Amino acid sequence: MMAPLLSVRGLNKRYGSIVACRDIAFELEEGEALAIVGESGSGKTTLLNLVAGALAADSGEVVYRMRDGAARPLSSLSEAERRALMRTDWGFVHQDASRGLRMNVSAGGNIGERLMAIGGRHYGRIRAAALDWLARVEIAAERVDDPPSTYSGGMRQRLQIARNLVTGPRLVFMDEPTGGLDVSVQARLLDLLRGLIADMGLAAIIVTHDLAVARLLSHRMLVMKQGEVIESGLTDRVLDDPQAPYTQLLVSSVLAA
Amino acid sequence: MYVAVKGGERAIANAHALLADKRRGDRGVAEIETRQIDEQLSLAVDRVMSEGSLYDREIAALAIKQARGDLIEAIFLARAYRTTLPRFGFAEPLDTKAMALRRRVSATFKDLPGGQVLGPTFDYTHRLIDFALAEASDPPPPATAPADAASATPRVVDIIAGDDLIEKSPPAENGAPVADVTRDPTEFPAARDARLQTLARGDEGFLLGLGYSTQRGYGRNHPFVGEIRFGEVEVEMFVAELGFAVPLGTIAVTECQMVNQFKGGDGEPARFTRGYGLVFGQSERKAMSMALVDRALRAEELAEESIGPAQDAEFVLSHCDNVQATGFVEHLKLPHYVDFQAELALLRQLRTEYGEQRTEKKESSVLRPPSSDLRTEAAE
Amino acid sequence: MNPRPYNFAYLDEQTKRMIRRAILKAIAIPGYQVPFASREMPMPYGWGTGGVQVTAAIIGPDDVLKVIDQGADDTTNAVSIRAFFAKTANVATTTDTTQATIIQTRHRVPETPLSAEQILVYQVPIPEPLRFLEPRETETRTMHALAEYGVMHVKLYEDIARHGHIATTYAYPARVADRYIMDPSPIPKFDNPKLDDCPALQLFGAGREKRIYAIPPHTRVVSLDFEDHPFERTKFDAACAFCGATDSFLDEVVVDDKGGRMFVCSDTDYCEKRRAAKAKDAAE
Repeated sequence: MMAPLLSVRGLNKRYGSIVACRDIAFELEEGEALAIVGESGSGKTTLLNLVAGALAADSGEVVYRMRDGAARPLSSLSEAERRALMRTDWGFVHQDASRGLRMNVSAGGNIGERLMAIGGRHYGRIRAAALDWLARVEIAAERVDDPPSTYSGGMRQRLQIARNLVTGPRLVFMDEPTGGLDVSVQARLLDLLRGLIADMGLAAIIVTHDLAVARLLSHRMLVMKQGEVIESGLTDRVLDDPQAPYTQLLVSSVLAA
Repeated sequence: MYVAVKGGERAIANAHALLADKRRGDRGVAEIETRQIDEQLSLAVDRVMSEGSLYDREIAALAIKQARGDLIEAIFLARAYRTTLPRFGFAEPLDTKAMALRRRVSATFKDLPGGQVLGPTFDYTHRLIDFALAEASDPPPPATAPADAASATPRVVDIIAGDDLIEKSPPAENGAPVADVTRDPTEFPAARDARLQTLARGDEGFLLGLGYSTQRGYGRNHPFVGEIRFGEVEVEMFVAELGFAVPLGTIAVTECQMVNQFKGGDGEPARFTRGYGLVFGQSERKAMSMALVDRALRAEELAEESIGPAQDAEFVLSHCDNVQATGFVEHLKLPHYVDFQAELALLRQLRTEYGEQRTEKKESSVLRPPSSDLRTEAAE
Repeated sequence: MNPRPYNFAYLDEQTKRMIRRAILKAIAIPGYQVPFASREMPMPYGWGTGGVQVTAAIIGPDDVLKVIDQGADDTTNAVSIRAFFAKTANVATTTDTTQATIIQTRHRVPETPLSAEQILVYQVPIPEPLRFLEPRETETRTMHALAEYGVMHVKLYEDIARHGHIATTYAYPARVADRYIMDPSPIPKFDNPKLDDCPALQLFGAGREKRIYAIPPHTRVVSLDFEDHPFERTKFDAACAFCGATDSFLDEVVVDDKGGRMFVCSDTDYCEKRRAAKAKDAAE
């Protein structure tokens, strides 16, 4: 039995007197998508940033199983190792695509950057990989030389996804990946994500306030309130049969379609 | 027949001789003396000393004469001269509390121990050109009053600190190393000592603009002039062989203490924060601008959002030195024709290829058999 | 006021020692930018203070100094710097590349191959090759430390996507000893191959930016490119109108106001030697 891909234990973070995360613990298997659901201020984004190593925790540990099988606590990684991980084995899809893209570099350059960062030196092959990925995220090939500053919101998000997935990462963090997009655009993006997660066997941690996103993308979910996990389990179970009162409130608050 | 350009050496020599001639100007007009510059253009001398980082009125006045009145050129001369001077030690921190005051004002209190001493200031003058100054003038002696050694002139920030309403100035640790921007290149993030040193020699105009920007919302910090002091302070140096500090002389400085937006948090009650400016001579505008920018650069330390350029340490500190700035801006006058040649070569190549592509397009559209797609042809 | 005499080569000995320490560090880590406490010099920042400080730190009374700018000995800034050292160090100066022990240069590498007895000192305006992609010093430092140079190739990729060619024609970035990426100063890319496996020591001084870096003799220097868009030297369609050279960098000179052009060697010493050799051949 393989160890879990990611193991989070006793994670804590405060800002002055505000508790952002209290004693968070969970595990993530390879190929598993986990949704972290909660309202604004629940601590879900802080948790995502803690696990991805973008924020330092006050206490607790995040252990990641590297490609060679070794389980490494993130705090033991050097800055060089952490940044290498972010470039190859991990992806981070930001809610605001302009944070995760070089807005004035062409789409091809954006997708190709990771390949060049790990040693890609053949322009033709890099360009071909970029075109391949543009097709997979359903962006027209003729847009390959346009910068994302000329793209619509939905297209930027799809480009961001392509940029993250081109090196075949095993774990992708997503912060409200469909936030701020039109409903029809959201639906298309969710479909695309679902397909990619399945095809590539990606593990994913998806932060969202939208239960529909959780339902569509994740196998399991955590429900957060005021820095604590108040319920967790299989997504379908939690959404169809919520146990905690707060979860029941969340589920019942979703407008009927 | 083209002959290669030569004679650069002679051209330079001639240009310098012409410069010296222009500097002297009409021989029928009296030559300006450095003493005149020091006495009657003393604020220019003060600025050259501050930004030249060299307290020497004679050298500064001479630099201004040599620079034909271009103060940044004079500052450059002072700095270059400074490089050649041996350094034999460090002064003790100046005790501005013990300053022999010529001017002392505070905007935070109407009256206070020591009073509001206006001193020699342009403040409240009417900016009307005084044509009488075109002739020799002999102003009447100014009013004097006996020196009141008894009345104390405490610092305003110390008065406010007495009620614990202003952040404490952290006490110096004995023996702790102090940055020296003239010896070590600044690395970012820069600590406050390095920042203040850089600001002290920074360009007055640049810092004035940045300070102004903070007042207009680009990183507002609600400043009040707690105090401006101008006067003489003693410079002392600790001599190890003697075991005590000896006075080396006095220098005139202007000190500005700003009282800024109060701040609390992390278990501490709210207190006013500070900005600090210190310059040689009576460069009040510079001292105030420096204090505004000093406070703005503390944004990260005080957990404030950085929204304005004055709050960006790397930006401010990398660009406020006018000797560096003028060197690099003016270096564009140097020959760059080799690199320009390289660019020309590429541009010509790209234009050739562009021309070829357009010809190909035209030819291919001609070669295409007449099709039913008349609209496309018409569009082209 | 009494004028004070200056130390040999202007800088005091302590300062020279400090600069030499930086130079030694630079040689020990080829291509790495070593911070140093640049001094205010009697010429403006941006006009060669870095090169002058490096030269002042290494020059001795027996050295022979050549100074060139744009490849020529007679350009105004080269004249000025040569005069500076003649005045403050009283060293012998020359325009003959083969006679010089130290060559200070702005924007060119001499055409005449250098020897192990020579040191080439480059004047550098912006030492940081990543500067235009990333203005923050804190970030570029980290990128060099972690050898995170992907962004450099992104720039080259963009050039090819936009123009069909890599659009950098001078200050062309190169990788030194398979580790650090450096900016070779604004020499035309034509000169880049001369940096590789050069018998002479190459030192780079940036006064305003306060950095020194070095390429030790016989070090591998590879200009960045793609496998399918390899680095190409600039080729000229003309030969030098004076000496007929087809293998040197040529300056374009405008000869009349009807657009008449002429191409002549940028390296004036190289050109003169070739002309003298041709004249000698013709006479024999």
